[in-house]
Amino acid sequence: MNNDILTSLRPALVMTLLFALLLGIAYPLAMTGIGQAVFPSQANGSLVMQDGKAVGSTIVGQAFTSDRYFQTRPSAAGEGYDGLASSGSNLGPTSQVLADRVKADVQSHQAAAPGRPVPSDLVTTSASGLDPDISPEAAFYQIERIARARGLKAGEIRRLVERQIERPIFGFIGEPRVNVFELNRRLDGVSAKPSR
Amino acid sequence: MTIAGWLLIAVFVGVLLALAKPVGLWLFALYEGRRTPLHAVLGPVERGFYRLSGIDPQEDQSWRRYAVHMLIFNAAALLLTYVLLRAQAVLPLNPRGLGAVGPDLAFNTAISFTANTNWQSYAGESTMSNLSQMLALTLHNFLSAATGIALAFALFRGFARRPSPNGGATGIGNFWADITRVTLYLLLPLSIVLGLFYIASGVPQTLAGSVDVTTLEGARQTLALGPVASQEAIKMLGTNGGGFFNANSAHPFENPNALTNLIQMLSIFAIGTGLTYTFGKAVGNTRQGWAILAAMMTLFLVGTTVTYWQEAAGNPVLHNLGVPGGNMEGKEVRFGVAASALFSVVTTAASCGAVNAMHDSFTALGGMIPLFNMQLGEVVIGGVGAGIYGFLLFAILAVFVAGLMVGRTPEYVGKKIESREVKLAVLAIAVLPLVILGMTALAAVLPVGLAGPLNKGPHGFSEILYAFTSAVANNGSAFAGLTANTPFYNGMLGVAMWVGRFFIIVPMLAVAGSLAAKKHTPETAGSFPTTGPLWTGLLIGIVLIVGGLTFLPSLALGPIADHLAMIRGQLF
Repeated sequence: MNNDILTSLRPALVMTLLFALLLGIAYPLAMTGIGQAVFPSQANGSLVMQDGKAVGSTIVGQAFTSDRYFQTRPSAAGEGYDGLASSGSNLGPTSQVLADRVKADVQSHQAAAPGRPVPSDLVTTSASGLDPDISPEAAFYQIERIARARGLKAGEIRRLVERQIERPIFGFIGEPRVNVFELNRRLDGVSAKPSR
Repeated sequence: MTIAGWLLIAVFVGVLLALAKPVGLWLFALYEGRRTPLHAVLGPVERGFYRLSGIDPQEDQSWRRYAVHMLIFNAAALLLTYVLLRAQAVLPLNPRGLGAVGPDLAFNTAISFTANTNWQSYAGESTMSNLSQMLALTLHNFLSAATGIALAFALFRGFARRPSPNGGATGIGNFWADITRVTLYLLLPLSIVLGLFYIASGVPQTLAGSVDVTTLEGARQTLALGPVASQEAIKMLGTNGGGFFNANSAHPFENPNALTNLIQMLSIFAIGTGLTYTFGKAVGNTRQGWAILAAMMTLFLVGTTVTYWQEAAGNPVLHNLGVPGGNMEGKEVRFGVAASALFSVVTTAASCGAVNAMHDSFTALGGMIPLFNMQLGEVVIGGVGAGIYGFLLFAILAVFVAGLMVGRTPEYVGKKIESREVKLAVLAIAVLPLVILGMTALAAVLPVGLAGPLNKGPHGFSEILYAFTSAVANNGSAFAGLTANTPFYNGMLGVAMWVGRFFIIVPMLAVAGSLAAKKHTPETAGSFPTTGPLWTGLLIGIVLIVGGLTFLPSLALGPIADHLAMIRGQLF
């Protein structure tokens, strides 16, 4: 037993060091080098530049609160869509807090579109708090509110949404979804932002 | 439930079964120490490692020496991680200037990553510098996975080896050669390929810490970045599961779309599935491996069906508020109900613990399956190496029980199973319920334990039970509402993870050593057949009865009570 311990010391120390250099330093740095050279946009967060500054990432959600934009889902990441604090709500199925929150959100959505059941993703928080997508139903649900706010025809916005729907690969890998950031950028393209 | 959802599950299982043989054969080459095509490139690295550390890869180690070298190596790497985390503030590659990791959290995290658990009491983006993510954590993602696979090889050798006729001692292989080969010829090359795929799909890989954007509404959003893809690849492949970000594989930067999600799920299971084939090959009858895989797959499909069904049925509490459909609280739109349910079962059947949806917000029974998977000891495919060696301990019990029922001397794959092996197997299997239930009970009565849960009522108890189950089973997923970053939980869970890993490994290696010394008993008409449906059925029965039944009372207090409250609309 003592002999087993003694014979283990040198390999344990040297192997830890060698593996640390190979797997903890060389491997991630080499991957960073290749990533930055071959896929620079993706490796740096898939950012969209507008007038020389970043306005968002195409794969991370951001908060939209104005009536003029399609809204993203409720978020439990920090104060909402905090890119430094990803998180779900972690509220369980029998949570009073969850029920109260959903009830309030349903009421505020139905105030803008009375009488229609609210698509579930619009009143539930995502797992990351940074969900970039909403379901097509959740996008259609918001059309009239945006049409009123922007003075556009509902049909025009509906066509915009339909063009932005991403379908599952081969019909079963993934869910039909609409990237809210991309959709809202297109929306600004149709009717320019108000001057702020 | 939808046709598309079932199609996804069917294709996932189909691809996995198709991968079993090729992956298993590759692993068999490493098990035997044969040359692979990659030796041309990495052979010099392997030999260099041996030379610098004074290792003779040909030395056949006794089970004791194998165990001691494995433990000392793990202890050395654990210490390195602890020091790196404590010294984080003064080390380089810390672009956002994060402070040192506190002592109890560093203790917990160092054990967690060494034990292939990757329980995280912290949020990655606000706690770990890039250096810590790379050197302290990614390193262990490789080493703990390589250790698990090496240990499985050692047990396979126990079954496969014949003692030398001149009476010389029979070893169970060389620990250093096993981990070096598995790392260089399997984990590292696959991680490079998968990592590049993840980068191309949008997973960041940069040394920058964050980037500021001005949103379309004019608000400021800071996005955490870092060397994510390199960690993501090995995190799934090695069934580690520790996320770069707090939200783990639900974070769009870790798992940007449905295709990366499918690849991640396949990565979790690929090596564990292949190892069942490797086992069959090692003992000279691949049907032995398929029988085990059939038992695992049956348990997996039953679990998947229950969770998918419950999540698709949704939460009646929300239905009553006018929100129809499946349960989307804590789920991402790009994955939806089907891929979230499937991922949750995969990650807990294996000892991965990565999540693409928040298990805490699952329906009561939908969330019970992940919990139950872990309580079975993660032997449904299981962690890389750990799954198959855990399952083989159940197989030893199964032949013992079968022997008692029909009055035959138990044998398994040519080795007599005697009282020593059965006692050691029971010892290893008993660790799980003892520590999980003991620690849960303690936390459920102490004020420091009761301060943890976010949710009230039975779901709060489920959060505590899930935490200790996840720790002892070395899973690492959580009902994440629990506030675990406290000295009490960091300490208790740290001990739980260490015991759950190494108090199973040491008896298991003793079984390997004991078996290796036994002579081969040829199969006769009197042997109980360990291939075919009868055997598969017996294995499933033993896993459920011995592994699962102990936990039924605790499940009744947590998820089952929660379910009854949920359907009655009772809130807490």
